[in-house]
Amino acid sequence: MDETISIVLFSGTDDKLAAAAVLAAGGAALGRPVKIFLQFWGLNAFRADGIMADHGLAPEAGEAGRAAVDAAAKAGQATWIETLRMAKELGEVDIQACSASMDLLKLKQADLDPMVDGVEGVAAFYINAGEGQIIFI
Amino acid sequence: MEIKTKVDASGLSCPLPILKASQAVKTVASGELVEVIATDPGSVKDFDAWAKSTGHTLVESDAADGKFRFVLRRK
Repeated sequence: MDETISIVLFSGTDDKLAAAAVLAAGGAALGRPVKIFLQFWGLNAFRADGIMADHGLAPEAGEAGRAAVDAAAKAGQATWIETLRMAKELGEVDIQACSASMDLLKLKQADLDPMVDGVEGVAAFYINAGEGQIIFI
Repeated sequence: MEIKTKVDASGLSCPLPILKASQAVKTVASGELVEVIATDPGSVKDFDAWAKSTGHTLVESDAADGKFRFVLRRK
């Protein structure tokens, strides 16, 4: 059971970033290699100058969803950033930025949080995913 | 056999109980025991799956007063 789990993280709202972090951390805890491929707004959320910002929630969260997320934060639940950092410390979690999204957002790797391990294209992503599952968020 | 390390994951939601447990298991030697306390009801199935997937052993799994207790043995 050591197939790679590959997560395409397209979305940049805090709830979807948290969902991706949970899936990555669970994979790492099971000893599975985890790859995260950052595209568009998922990549934008990893900018060093904005990673700690409030990235909002998906529209369907509404006011009740906002209140639930705020209550979890107040209760001391880990943020998506903390969860991802723990996952990286524990296991093999490799975070790659999509090169096309880097161009689109006019970013260089130095502009990104150090959690991001590198920049790659979609072909490299598929090859690294191998026969393992690919999850899109 | 004595518990080498204890992890209190009370109040933490998924995946933190298995994440913190995995970190703790890494700090003990092969054959040694780690005890985990959690309140997340999902952790019961999670620790079962975790043991099946990682090859570590879930020695004990019990519940009392809304708390779940797991004893893990490092492979």
